[in-house]
Amino acid sequence: MTVPRPASPSASPPLLEAASLERRFGAFRALRGVSLTVRPGECHMVVGPNGAGKTTLLRLLAGLARPTAGSVRLSGAILGRDGESRRGIGLLSHQSHLYDDLTSVENLSFAARLYGSPDPVRRARRALDAVGLGGRADEPVRRLSRGMVQRVAIARSLLHQPILLLLDEPFTGLDPAASAQVAALFAAERNAGRALVLVTHEVHEAWELATHAHVLVRGVWTSSGLREGTLETFLARYREGLHE
Amino acid sequence: MIEAGTAGRLVRRGLGIIAVALAALAGVYLLALRYTPVERFQGVPQKIFYVHVPAAWCALLAFSLVGISSILYLWLRDPRLDVFAESAAEAGLVFSLVMLTTGPLWGKPVWGTWWTWDARLTLTLILFFIFLGYRALRSALSDPSERARFSAVVGILGMVLVPFVHLSVYLFRTLHPQPIVLKPSAPSLPWEMLRTLLASLGAYTLLLIGFITARYGLGRGAEAEGDPDAG
Amino acid sequence: MSDFVRVALAVCAKDIRVEHRSRTALISAIAFAALVLVIFNFARDPATASREALAPSVLWITFTFSGVIALNRSFALERENGALDGLLLAPVSRSAIYLGKYLANLAFVFTVEAATLPLFVLFFGVDLGGALGGIVLTAVLATAGFVAVGTIFAAVAVRTRFAELMLPLLVLPFLIPPLIGAVQITTRLLAGRPLSEIAGWFRILALYDLVFVTLCLLLFPSLMDE
Repeated sequence: MTVPRPASPSASPPLLEAASLERRFGAFRALRGVSLTVRPGECHMVVGPNGAGKTTLLRLLAGLARPTAGSVRLSGAILGRDGESRRGIGLLSHQSHLYDDLTSVENLSFAARLYGSPDPVRRARRALDAVGLGGRADEPVRRLSRGMVQRVAIARSLLHQPILLLLDEPFTGLDPAASAQVAALFAAERNAGRALVLVTHEVHEAWELATHAHVLVRGVWTSSGLREGTLETFLARYREGLHE
Repeated sequence: MIEAGTAGRLVRRGLGIIAVALAALAGVYLLALRYTPVERFQGVPQKIFYVHVPAAWCALLAFSLVGISSILYLWLRDPRLDVFAESAAEAGLVFSLVMLTTGPLWGKPVWGTWWTWDARLTLTLILFFIFLGYRALRSALSDPSERARFSAVVGILGMVLVPFVHLSVYLFRTLHPQPIVLKPSAPSLPWEMLRTLLASLGAYTLLLIGFITARYGLGRGAEAEGDPDAG
Repeated sequence: MSDFVRVALAVCAKDIRVEHRSRTALISAIAFAALVLVIFNFARDPATASREALAPSVLWITFTFSGVIALNRSFALERENGALDGLLLAPVSRSAIYLGKYLANLAFVFTVEAATLPLFVLFFGVDLGGALGGIVLTAVLATAGFVAVGTIFAAVAVRTRFAELMLPLLVLPFLIPPLIGAVQITTRLLAGRPLSEIAGWFRILALYDLVFVTLCLLLFPSLMDE
């Protein structure tokens, strides 16, 4: 199985540049000196034990939290207070960000309105069709299975055609079939030139997708770079590293 | 990052100031009891006025400090400002509690009742509840960054509320006369009483400063203990 | 500017739509208010406390307490599936999100008040006379103030374990100025006093609203800004 590689590194300018990110409050330090550069067509997998700071990192990359030091740039623009800088970001987590009492269409058209779409309902229906849920678009989200909810959540996160996709444990709670579908979707996005950052515990789910692999332990990278070797050697190295 | 040594120094200095303030207070009480004339209508119980008024004033001051440091925190996001706000809030809680317990002590002999909706007492009572809410909120939030910015918002809103409460309660009271509050206005106070009041004010303010300093030191110290990099 | 309003209205509409789906909260809040009125009727000694004398206090305590307990839901619904992150991620002003939530809460509390007022008139035998307009205006002004503070505190309280206790604890001190004003105005209106006597209180209510709505709009982004 060939490792998916992006075009030569200097071919495209970085989409996402996180420089020496630090996140602390007083004595409590969640991240220190974390840098990350993601180019179009790359998928960066981030693994690490609980409490390593993975969620904090993702929130910083999403512009949901401010770094104590360092900066995050998306297409050259710093992610700041200004909402516009967040426009190109899509976030998918193990939580659906959906309102259970509303239908999928209502949920997505609301999101479309937030992003300023001129025809939110039509955009919503198209997005739902694209994930194969057109038929159940008018049912309350409450009535959908976990796998379907995940697909609606994916549709919601891709609605505004983001250039950067941040994925936080997206395979949690999915059966193998659903996981495979979701992975295929992400692969398609990656191949279409999006940048992906994927935080996960389930390395085997993400392995095929990833072009780069990073390990975060207690707020710092212990390993960072192109995805190399096999899944087994990576896991072995990872477990070794944790015991140090 | 603060060193454990500096935090300890702050605590010691704060405790030192408290000691001086308490000594000053003892002096003030002596002054009040022996060297200040007895007020004609209220008699000896009126002298609680010298505790009652300064404690209320200090509670209000502490409250303003909470509000101001909260605004600064939201702007600068310096965790030290959060520790300061927390310290000032705790001081305010203590001082308003003092006021609320000495108030009735004064009220019973003078007005014949343990409680009265005297404007100052009422304001202090409400202040007490806002401090309490601030404190309760802080203990209910575990993430330090969230705790800091959430309590900052409460602190700022609370500070802005105070003038409205003051105004409403004042208007409320003028429409519904309560037992006469003897509140000699400063200019018409005879000098002997005024000087005792000012001395008491000074001692209580010193006490407030000492309390906040010591508490701030404790707060920074606690933080240092959690930090593996602290010196 | 129009983006700001557009986003606020979208958030408001979404909240109303969610509420409309289940309607449980609204019906419960109205039932709560009705029950409070009933309890007030029994929690007095008819010989010493006439209904007329207590009426303004009863009305406003009922309005404010029913209003406050209804406010927790506005952010509880965002917490369920992490929906708040979805809102915060969008390229929209956080103040616009607050405004939308505030408007939706206003609609909710006004609905509860509108349903409760006729019950109040019924249970307490109050002759509104020409006072209805004045009472409605008072309700609008007083409610606008405490819902503003209540909305931002709901965002705060929802992150704590005992949100149902934390929200009232934080909000109740803020109810005091509008409550004093509302009761003063209502007492005078029901007694047929001329408007000139009441104008001052209306001004205080309006000032309170202006100050706190503005302050909450300004503070909400800092609250959300991790």
